[in-house]
Amino acid sequence: MSPTEPRPAAGTADAVLTLRNLHKSFGDTEVLKSIDLTVRRGTVVALIGPSGSGKTTVLRCLNGLEVPDGGSVDVAGELRIDFSKPVGKRERAALRDRSAMVFQHYNLFPHMTVLENVIEGPVQVQRRPRAEAIADAEQLLERVGLREKRDAYPFELSGGQQQRVGIVRALALRPQLLLFDEPTSALDPELVGDVLSVIKELAEEDWTMVIVTHELEFARQVADEVVFMADGVVVEHGHPSQVLKRPQHERTRQFLHRLLNPF
Amino acid sequence: MESNGDLFWSSLGPIVLGGITGTIPLAVVSFILGLTIALGIALMRLSKVRVVSAIARFYISVIRGTPLLVQLFVIFYGLPSIGVVLPAWPCAVIAFSLNVGGYAAEVIRAAILSVPRGQWEAGYTVGMSSATTLRRIILPQAARVSVPPLSNTFISLVKDTSLASLITVTELFRVAQEVAAFSQEFMLLYLEAAAVYWIICLVLSTAQGRIEQRLDRYVAH
Repeated sequence: MSPTEPRPAAGTADAVLTLRNLHKSFGDTEVLKSIDLTVRRGTVVALIGPSGSGKTTVLRCLNGLEVPDGGSVDVAGELRIDFSKPVGKRERAALRDRSAMVFQHYNLFPHMTVLENVIEGPVQVQRRPRAEAIADAEQLLERVGLREKRDAYPFELSGGQQQRVGIVRALALRPQLLLFDEPTSALDPELVGDVLSVIKELAEEDWTMVIVTHELEFARQVADEVVFMADGVVVEHGHPSQVLKRPQHERTRQFLHRLLNPF
Repeated sequence: MESNGDLFWSSLGPIVLGGITGTIPLAVVSFILGLTIALGIALMRLSKVRVVSAIARFYISVIRGTPLLVQLFVIFYGLPSIGVVLPAWPCAVIAFSLNVGGYAAEVIRAAILSVPRGQWEAGYTVGMSSATTLRRIILPQAARVSVPPLSNTFISLVKDTSLASLITVTELFRVAQEVAAFSQEFMLLYLEAAAVYWIICLVLSTAQGRIEQRLDRYVAH
């Protein structure tokens, strides 16, 4: 799904996730100053920006791995978490249940086989029948071309294979929202393509995704919306053709120029 | 008068039996209880609640800062004066368990900390609570790291159980002492006891190697 025109602004009814005025500090460092972001069902949002801009922190807040200091998150109109009050474990768990994260360094469970990695969440947490979870996992592994690796341990796989297992592990949870934290940054260049093409397929199947990435060409092809962040704020956002080709802000232009002309 | 050779063979049976019925059960039971205590203390030590981690630190400090023999005597000879009278064997088990609890706690804590933070996060992202992540993801990986140091703790414990002879527990060394006192062949009997301890420890070292191999199956070589 790669529309040539920006989508018409949809109502909040189909918003999977709405962030309002989210902020977060680590000690004296304010990493997120005030983040507003809406993710609509079936769309792909690419978060780009220089390192230290806070994009990974936004993603981690969405998965409950970080707790914002203020602001709120609405999930699919059914759950609203206000971070200006103390947030309990149950609310963090509720946030987590709706999303699944794919990590930069894969973070597969090294003591479990590929199959065990994938069914761990469905069986241990979601209490789905083991046989059903295995059938599901095999189907997903088949899709990413790794079915024959089901009994391998992570150390026996290449980085690209490990990351595809990471994606399958996230998909097996059947989340409303998939989160990718620089999914190809740790990979050898020749392995990046395999992982990106899997993510692209997911986008075509209308999965809702938020992707932190440095791959601008990938973002242009896959994203419905590109969000450029710098110094803890959203500098500009919009359709990729606009943000990446005709950026309105000087800060965005600088960043794109640096990335496209590294020497 | 028996010759030294005869005495060696006639005492070997009782000494080995003392090992099988005294030393080994004492070491195994104390080690299992000790590891349970150690896991609890290690988790307390890692707690963000200051008081809880301070209690654990205090416990470890006392256990490591006092001689095992003194701990044993406090429990066996000291407790009766405040009205707690326990038979020798339970006293020995209590003392050794508490001791292992203090030493192994630091090993387990270090092993838990050696598991990368990303593993906790991966556990959370598949929806697990902290407790489930600890049980399913962190401890199995920590176990691999802690086998060599915990094996050392266990081997030390096997040898330390000889101290239980001083509170009248019948085990390997106490049997050797009794035969030695009766026959007056101290050199022979104590070397014989030493040899039996050594053989037990050799067997344990081999077992350690096997366990390490098994736990290494998911690590690149």
